Amino acid sequence: MDAEKLTEKILALVPEAAPEENKQFISFLVPADKLKYLASQLREKKELDFDFLFCLTGVDRGTDLGVVYHLASTTHQHELVLKVRTPDRENPVFDTVSDLWKTADFLEREVWDLFGIRFRGHSDLRRIFLEEDWIGYPLRKDYKDDINIVEL
Amino acid sequence: MKEVINLPVHSIEEEEYHINMGPQHPSTHGVLRLVVTLQGEIVKKLKPHCGYIHRGIEKMCEKDTYPQIIHLTDRMDYLSAHINNHGVCLLVENALQIEVPERVKYIRTIIDELTRIQSHQLWWASFGMDLGGLTCFFYGLRDREKILDIWEESFGSRLLHSYYTPGGLMQDIHPDFQKKVREFLKYFRKKIRDFDRILTGNVIFRERTCGIGYMSRETAINYGITGPSGRGSGWSCDVRKHHPYALYDKVEFREVLRDEGDTYGRYMVRMEEMRESMHIIEQLIDNIPAGDCSAKMKAVLRLPAGEYFQRVETARGELGIYCISDGNKTPLRMKFRTPSFINLGVLDHISREMKIADLVAIGGSLDLVIPDIDR
Repeated sequence: MDAEKLTEKILALVPEAAPEENKQFISFLVPADKLKYLASQLREKKELDFDFLFCLTGVDRGTDLGVVYHLASTTHQHELVLKVRTPDRENPVFDTVSDLWKTADFLEREVWDLFGIRFRGHSDLRRIFLEEDWIGYPLRKDYKDDINIVEL
Repeated sequence: MKEVINLPVHSIEEEEYHINMGPQHPSTHGVLRLVVTLQGEIVKKLKPHCGYIHRGIEKMCEKDTYPQIIHLTDRMDYLSAHINNHGVCLLVENALQIEVPERVKYIRTIIDELTRIQSHQLWWASFGMDLGGLTCFFYGLRDREKILDIWEESFGSRLLHSYYTPGGLMQDIHPDFQKKVREFLKYFRKKIRDFDRILTGNVIFRERTCGIGYMSRETAINYGITGPSGRGSGWSCDVRKHHPYALYDKVEFREVLRDEGDTYGRYMVRMEEMRESMHIIEQLIDNIPAGDCSAKMKAVLRLPAGEYFQRVETARGELGIYCISDGNKTPLRMKFRTPSFINLGVLDHISREMKIADLVAIGGSLDLVIPDIDR
């Protein structure tokens, strides 16, 4: 499916989705409450058939926290980027996509571990790299480490 | 009279119990801990615990300039060090729209394929050893040494090279490089037949790998299992074919696919890939064009504000590098989608209802590198 058609399809599914400028991929900023609906439609609809989640990234831009999903279809060879954001730094929550793409299981645990973003509906949301009693989320921009105070 | 108490008798076959495999278990080849739930010797569930060598490379990247980041990527998948470097170099070059000289592309492609061969050699060596064939370990390392010697001559290091720089190479190759690579190809063409004779046709080996750890094509895609492990399930996922970089769109090679989906299928993919890599090098080694070994680069590299995604095919699968730049000399966010981390996710699924001894074979066939998982 070409870029225009794909953009149309997505806007038909979620009219609130905002296209973003990106030279490599078709990219959308999706409202957090619409993410799960859009993701399940992308996965299930035969003409879209996004079956491969090849990257899931937590992002902290200093003010808001977000997650970026890189999706691809192995049958139609098209690719798509979805983004969600939240200004809530105390208790950021998004819906999980690990039931749609199993690869998101570990990747979401990593985002929870290092950014403190929770995923609603995730079956086993534990820290993956750090210990359970670690205080703070190291990849956040405002993270301060009191023990290793060497600033690079 | 004493009362006879009848305690319920549990046999060990009925009871479920947990054992820790690792973090110091020899077959995990690094510090990975698997908490295995067993019933008798049947694996019921498996939970990987990682993070024993988590160094926070992604956090470090936010304080480092792009040429510095290259040195960190060596330390992720140390067996694909060159290919990791290549990923960062391509990301920077594409963002700054720099065309690298033809000579650099040739050398990079050759060295990437040598990397793949030596990584598969070490994998073959340790996989054979895990299954009880210690000879494999000696044979594999003996032949890998030949590649390391060639490298040492040109870059001065054997494991962590950081030989690629944005725009080109650190320095030109050694004058003997081409001759030595030709010699190696001639040598290893013969020796790889020994590899097959020792392990591939071995009855014990076949018994321990055929039908063990089955992964369907759908499972591979759903779990995102790329690289030889994914291609062993018949999923065409080679980045070199689908998103060619360097000279991969010019050379002729076959994407190795197997339909078995079991440990043996994944094994055969890697064996075939070594031959394909040699085939690629043979096409390039005689006609490396003369020229500069680096493009003109600014002293300080600043990527224009925006987002960049670059993927390369390492020996273990697809390495995706996602970079968000705000126009500074350091990135705002650098994410590495490392193949070993993603491939570890499927271990629980494919080793269920298998025996504990098969877990060693399955884990070996996924070819996990622990620093690549933890970063």
